[in-house]
Amino acid sequence: MRIELVRRPQHSALFSALSPFIALGLTLVAGAIMFSVLGKNPVEALYYYFIDPLTGIWDPSNRWQLHELAIKAAPLILIAVGLSVCYLSNNWNIGAEGQFIAGAIVGSFIPVVFPGFHSWIVLPLMLILGMAGGAAYAAIPAFFKVRFNTNEILTSLMLVYVAQLFNDWLVRGIWRNPEGMSFPGTIRFSEWAILPQIWPDSGRAHWGFVFALVAAVVVWFMLSKTLKGFEVKVLGQSPRAGRFAGFSSGKVVFFAFLLSGALAGLAGISEVAGPIEHLNEKISIGYGFTAIIVAFLGRLNPLGIVAAGIILALTYLGGESAQIAIGVSDKAVRAFQGMLLFFVLACDTLIHYRIRFVGAPAMKAESGKAGTA
Amino acid sequence: MSADTAAVNLLEVRGLTKIFGSLKACDAVDLTIRKGEIHALLGENGAGKSTLVKMLFGSLEPYSGEIRWNGQPVKIANPNAARKLGIGMVFQHFSLFEALSAAENIALSLDDQTPISTIAAKAQALSYSYGLPLDPYSLVGDLSVGERQRIEIIRCLLQTPDLIILDEPTSVLTPQEADKLFETLERLRAEGKSILYISHRLEEVKRMCDAATVMRHGKVVAHCDPRQETAASLARMMVGSEVHAVVRAPIEGIETAEALLEVRNLSRKPATPFSMPLKNISLNVRAGEVIGIAGVAGNGQGEFFEAVSGEAMQLEAGTVRIRGQDAGKLSITGRRLLGAAFVPEERLGHGAAPRMKLSENLFLSRYATDSKAFLGPGGVVKESAIDAATQRIVQEMDVRKSARDPEAAALSGGNLQKFIIGRELDRRPTVMVVNQPTWGVDAGAAAKIRQSLIELARSGSAVLVISQDLDELFEISDAISVMHNGELSRPLPRAEATLEKIGLLMGGAEPGHVDHGLESV
Repeated sequence: MRIELVRRPQHSALFSALSPFIALGLTLVAGAIMFSVLGKNPVEALYYYFIDPLTGIWDPSNRWQLHELAIKAAPLILIAVGLSVCYLSNNWNIGAEGQFIAGAIVGSFIPVVFPGFHSWIVLPLMLILGMAGGAAYAAIPAFFKVRFNTNEILTSLMLVYVAQLFNDWLVRGIWRNPEGMSFPGTIRFSEWAILPQIWPDSGRAHWGFVFALVAAVVVWFMLSKTLKGFEVKVLGQSPRAGRFAGFSSGKVVFFAFLLSGALAGLAGISEVAGPIEHLNEKISIGYGFTAIIVAFLGRLNPLGIVAAGIILALTYLGGESAQIAIGVSDKAVRAFQGMLLFFVLACDTLIHYRIRFVGAPAMKAESGKAGTA
Repeated sequence: MSADTAAVNLLEVRGLTKIFGSLKACDAVDLTIRKGEIHALLGENGAGKSTLVKMLFGSLEPYSGEIRWNGQPVKIANPNAARKLGIGMVFQHFSLFEALSAAENIALSLDDQTPISTIAAKAQALSYSYGLPLDPYSLVGDLSVGERQRIEIIRCLLQTPDLIILDEPTSVLTPQEADKLFETLERLRAEGKSILYISHRLEEVKRMCDAATVMRHGKVVAHCDPRQETAASLARMMVGSEVHAVVRAPIEGIETAEALLEVRNLSRKPATPFSMPLKNISLNVRAGEVIGIAGVAGNGQGEFFEAVSGEAMQLEAGTVRIRGQDAGKLSITGRRLLGAAFVPEERLGHGAAPRMKLSENLFLSRYATDSKAFLGPGGVVKESAIDAATQRIVQEMDVRKSARDPEAAALSGGNLQKFIIGRELDRRPTVMVVNQPTWGVDAGAAAKIRQSLIELARSGSAVLVISQDLDELFEISDAISVMHNGELSRPLPRAEATLEKIGLLMGGAEPGHVDHGLESV
């Protein structure tokens, strides 16, 4: 027997909608196998991963966990929304992690260098600087791509390490808190430089989550209803047809990188001005990379990305609770996320192809050799 | 089956059927090829010719039916098996490596370990004996399309086949090159070899072929002797209804009409190592006329189209003028806003985005010119207006499709082309530039497209048609220029242009000297 992929004449609307769920299901199965091999009860492990963090929905004493979910989901959604514009326009920005850090650094400039500047304007300035920092950092691979035809996957990825090490040097060096007992990190921000919490009574979720929702809706509208969105999609799918339409591919490269850089930068500054309250060497737990999974799990649709961001945030929280409850290594989270991306990309094949099982193995051996004339 | 018929018939096909999903690409096809005959296989695009031939050559597996070779039932599992039986094939699209020599390309297709020098000697001997001179050590990249086809034919002949399948062999040749090919085919026939000749050019089928099988919608609709038929009767069999001849009303006073598209001394350096430089091209297209540009593929037509459309801009603003205004430094959008419309050769991926809906593909080329109708404040797309325009074009051009607004890739080539042409005609452009308007389009649709281009011109627009189909250019053009090696000849008025003159220019006779000494050549 042989399995064939047969191209569909039209893409399947059914599988466009279904493929993320199939991927989630397959990830759960593969995850269960992984936990069994690790010697844990798979049902228990999956409970801690995907159900335990959600108990806050019906149990008020666990409501803080929902806030933690929003805190983790906010940067994932913000970054992934920007990445969806990049990926739809065929710009493979892998460096959102670096743009996140760049935004955090530039946005922290005011509270670190002028800690005595107390005004309502500090926070808006920080957010704007954060966006500008992320956008400027993303402009580097965009410029190289447009000017020298450099592969943006490599340049954007390598700039992540530059940003990480530069941040490390800053918080251990010139920006280190002199009263920080030699721990790396800047001084704690003044209260004027801290993002307010949405419902301080029940938990510490901050306005970053609102930014994420607003960004998702705005970018969704841009992509699906405006000429700019059309331009992004045409150039991504069919560059030659895009040029025939009169769109400039160079401009769209910059547009996509600057937009996704700005959103990643906003995520970065929201993180340090939100839950962390100062800049340190480990401000990101890989949000910029996990957001790639979020973008694809959300089918590059900003509204889908909101749901996907919450699911991936769940794996972070679930990883922590599983580690505490049953002693699964926190590295299992990464394995989980990796499997999810793998299955999402694999299931996307079903949108354009259908699977056919073919019998008669004898015939196939022959025709396998043919066709190389 | 008696021994008698087996001795005469080389190949007999009975009830051959191939099903793709719900489509019967070949439906109980019968075909008989006698020894020593040139047998034409006629049919429009999508009639099932290629599917049938692929089953004969072993690249597709029949669903049911029987193939008899010399009276014996055979199963042709793959192209190697076909070659072993004695079936050779020359494909329409060549499979040659440009960086290798002719002999090396031939060696690649042979299984045995014959040294290159032996192959070269054999190929050369064979090529001269069939009147297809070929230098086996020349690089394929340096050869013309006609010469490349020779390599394919020699490669096929080296395996001494009894049946040679030729798929649209003359579609890439100049008339003179085609004549040479016909001589070769006649020699092969005299040696007792059989040829299955796939074509939609009825004149050459009438001229050369001993028998014809006509297919339509996957079925054989007629077996006939093409010499007893007229081109019109053959066309009727292929299409299934009368094909309306294209009507071209004469134009008067064209000399004084305003030039709507002017190209002045256009030169262009090659953009890639494989593209053709353009040399000093000048051309006027006036209101009311259709100018045709003939030429063998790859002589700079694509580069010229890009330059005129503005996908590649010029350094001097005056190099291209549209409606009397300098357009050389304008982008394609700027040129469209001056009233020009463009239809490129490639439908999928250039003229249309394959995975986008028809309505989106309408928007693709018209968002700027129809911004009032299609765009609201803030660049918001008015989907209902675009949808209405899409359905209007579909109606007007009779585009057949499976859904209300399908993806472009889901349409057949001909229907997509009708839509793309209709998309531009719907704007009533003042200047229309079309590259290969009816390539791969069935006869009925082609006639409709050609007629609409003539009507657009007669309503006062300037129409420039680039095509490799000479019949088409003779049908619709008021004057024909020839592009060869990146240069454009002076346009010949339709009354002076003969197939022979144009053919010589396509083969590289010097541009500008068409008037002298033609008769002596």
